[in-house]
Amino acid sequence: MRVTFTANGKPVEADDVWEGESLLYVLRERVGLPGSKNACEQGECGSCTVYLDGTPVCSCLVAAGQVQDREVRTVEGLSEENGELGLVQQAFIDAGAVQCGFCTPGLLVQTDALLEQDAQPSDNDIREALSGNLCRCTGYEKIMDAVRLASARKCAGKGASE
Amino acid sequence: MSSTRTIQGQKNLQNINQASKDGIGGSPLRPDGTLKVKGEFAYSSDMWHEDMLWGMALRSPHPRANILGVDISEALKVPGVYAVLTHQDIPGSKYYGLEIQDQPALAIDKVRYHGEAIALVAADHPETARRAVKKIKVEYEVLTPIVTEEQCLDPETHGYVHEPHEFKSHGYGNICHEQRLVSGLGVTDEVRAMADVIVSGEYEVGMQDQAFLGPESGLAVPAEDGGIDLYIATQWLHVDRQQMAPVLGLPEEKVRLTLAGVGGAFGGREDISMQIHACLLAQHTGKPVKIVYARDESFYGHVHRHPAKMRYEHGATRDGKLVFADCRIVLDGGAYASASPAVVGNAASLGHGPYVIPNVKMHAIALYSNNPSCGAMRGFGAVQAAFGYESQMDKLAEKLGMDPVELRQLNAMAEGDSMPTGQRIDSPAPVAELLQRVKDMPLPPPLDTEDLDIRAVPGALSNTSHGEGIVRGVGYSVGIKNVGFSEGFDDYSTARVRLEVIGGEPVAMVHTAMAEVGQGGVTVHAQIARTELGVEQVTIHPANTEVGSAGSTSASRQTYMTGGAVKLAAEAVKQALIEKGRRRYGWTQKDISLVGGKVVSESAGVLVPIVDLLGDQAIDLTREHHHRPTQPFDKETGQGFGHVQYTFCANRAVVDVDVDLGLVKVVELTAVQDVGKALNPLSVVGQIQGGCTQALGLAVMEEIIVKDGKVRNASFTDYLIPTILDTPPIPVEILELPDPHAPYGLRGVGEAPTVSATPSIVAAIRQATGLALNRIPVRPEHITGTL
Repeated sequence: MRVTFTANGKPVEADDVWEGESLLYVLRERVGLPGSKNACEQGECGSCTVYLDGTPVCSCLVAAGQVQDREVRTVEGLSEENGELGLVQQAFIDAGAVQCGFCTPGLLVQTDALLEQDAQPSDNDIREALSGNLCRCTGYEKIMDAVRLASARKCAGKGASE
Repeated sequence: MSSTRTIQGQKNLQNINQASKDGIGGSPLRPDGTLKVKGEFAYSSDMWHEDMLWGMALRSPHPRANILGVDISEALKVPGVYAVLTHQDIPGSKYYGLEIQDQPALAIDKVRYHGEAIALVAADHPETARRAVKKIKVEYEVLTPIVTEEQCLDPETHGYVHEPHEFKSHGYGNICHEQRLVSGLGVTDEVRAMADVIVSGEYEVGMQDQAFLGPESGLAVPAEDGGIDLYIATQWLHVDRQQMAPVLGLPEEKVRLTLAGVGGAFGGREDISMQIHACLLAQHTGKPVKIVYARDESFYGHVHRHPAKMRYEHGATRDGKLVFADCRIVLDGGAYASASPAVVGNAASLGHGPYVIPNVKMHAIALYSNNPSCGAMRGFGAVQAAFGYESQMDKLAEKLGMDPVELRQLNAMAEGDSMPTGQRIDSPAPVAELLQRVKDMPLPPPLDTEDLDIRAVPGALSNTSHGEGIVRGVGYSVGIKNVGFSEGFDDYSTARVRLEVIGGEPVAMVHTAMAEVGQGGVTVHAQIARTELGVEQVTIHPANTEVGSAGSTSASRQTYMTGGAVKLAAEAVKQALIEKGRRRYGWTQKDISLVGGKVVSESAGVLVPIVDLLGDQAIDLTREHHHRPTQPFDKETGQGFGHVQYTFCANRAVVDVDVDLGLVKVVELTAVQDVGKALNPLSVVGQIQGGCTQALGLAVMEEIIVKDGKVRNASFTDYLIPTILDTPPIPVEILELPDPHAPYGLRGVGEAPTVSATPSIVAAIRQATGLALNRIPVRPEHITGTL
């Protein structure tokens, strides 16, 4: 089948999509957006998190056909239009929250969504919001630092305009 | 090679450039960080080629069976299938292995573990491959698996995992490797009589998985010269090649490996997984072949941490001085040897902990069984033992009525003391100080039951409790780990450093084969080049087999070994540049160095800008860094200068336990570690926190459940790794006591916290509950007694 949707603001179409393919597979292997990662493909690790019509979802659990005519925003779409890093992206780098980086795309999208809802989350709010995103390298401490840093910058109105 | 590309243009397979003023001791940000947060960093599973095929393996559903026949005819008929291969299609040697070549690339006549690869398919879509794999018919004669210690040690009754004649290095039943150790008087009745107090215990450690997030994956591209190019996530490019080339029937120089982005490793990528399979399929089809494991295949496709059964007996005087330790450690190595011999060596030589014990007897063995193969995982044999000896220290303290930290400090080893192997510790060993510091750090506030956020209590979001039945406990531990490869292995690394003028600026290029697996080596290499060459711009060349081996990214050794090689090569470049200046300008000063882009003399000030001296000529030099030689341990006595460096970490765990539900919440996990010299403090702290978290996983949740040789939980739904909700704040303090034998005085960092932190959590749960808890992971049923 043919699937057409919007990815990071641009219309895309994928041909010969097999009915069982996930949105994750279509993004990674057909559309040229491999930023979303394939760690468990069971919705357990959050590495493939993308926005679907503004809501963060595990793209491995979304059938490709479900995104027909809908809007997808991936980690590749978190940067500013001029290519500058987005506020959450920069905070993850500055805090040392990126090690192997495989979990990072999913965490960035989930953090972006959290701060959109609540720019000043408590530590327990952050832990709850990110509990669906596994990280094996960092011990999460620097991820907590990164989210706090992004929150502080967002509240101070510094960095990228969201 | 020229037609190969990733979807994103292979940005990280080209040079990564970074400008910074930070040399060693600073914390410049990762040069690959920007690519990673943009989603543009190409991991091995992101490799892509226009006309590539997808590879997949058929895996055994049985842990032990004879293969009576394999019929691939139906699989070959599936439209879109390009090749179906069995061991008969292997052009070269059929076996490989890290230490013992006992593992067939594809099963031959029998399978020895659940998930062993039997046949391969290459197809135009992963789903086509999956369907074709299902059409391969294998006729099995299913045999009773050899899975328990008793069965393994009685081959007359239960049989052999490998027939006794199968491997030269293996000729004693189902024992893969063993190491004995005796020091002092050993442990005899007379020695036992010297102790006022004796404690003993049996301890068990479950099978932990590395559970790196990036699945095993890579792209094999057949080359015009008959060779092959492999883009791969691994820990050691050269040892992969060394194992692959004979199987592929190619000379090593025709097997070219380039490191693709690695999504974590932790030891699990030290062995071959899909490397040979992808290359075999590429050879047979003449097309690029990509293999990406699904998560269940990842659990089957790599070696795990050895599960262990241990028996410890410690004797001490009434005032707490250790008199003897008698230990037996049995590690289940599974079907193939992998790194089991070296793991046994570590368990035997580090299995007494960082303590001075006058009389020691140790026997460590690794078994061959029909359980999943086990090999390298962060902590490598020291983790299992630490649970044993630290449990014993707490038991001993309790029996003596002593404070558990004081008992440890009383027996703590220090510089100048000897290991039970007879090796003198010839660099700082601040074991007592680490414990004191961790004890002195402020405790977290008590659980606020008045204003309770239930997300902070055990069970958290499941709304299982509102604070009733919760007891707090505090536990301590300390551990020891070796750094680098041991027992006489000629451990070395190679680095090439080039200095040239680009765009009017001096630029250093660093080229090594080091696998950046997330630990931050690329950052540190740039810092070293900046420090030695006085430049700001450093380019990191992609890691590949065009340069000499860097050894493995394991054993906490890469900053020491490859960092050391970068330092040597950069120093050589510096000397060559200064020599050039001496010839040109006739400098006579002895105190010349490179600082801030200039050649300077402490006595005479700035001599010349580097760019003027270099001109359009580059200096490009390669150096190897070998650490000082070690010795194999004597087979019977375990004596020998076996390890090049030791590293120590102490922990304190604070836990809340819901004793009604058996749920544990680690409230805080504190770590104090001596790192010798923190080349990049931000990365060092990140490594320690990550290491502590894997230890937390082993303490309370992580285990591959194997029943009758079959893996029962090969998924992230069923194999639990700590989430951000399970992981507490991890305050870290670092000491920097330089090791005079190491580059910059540094000490390997990555593993020590994984060794030491688990026992502190179990000790804290014991303190909260009063339970013995001799098995990890501690499960709810162990706490509630409903096992």
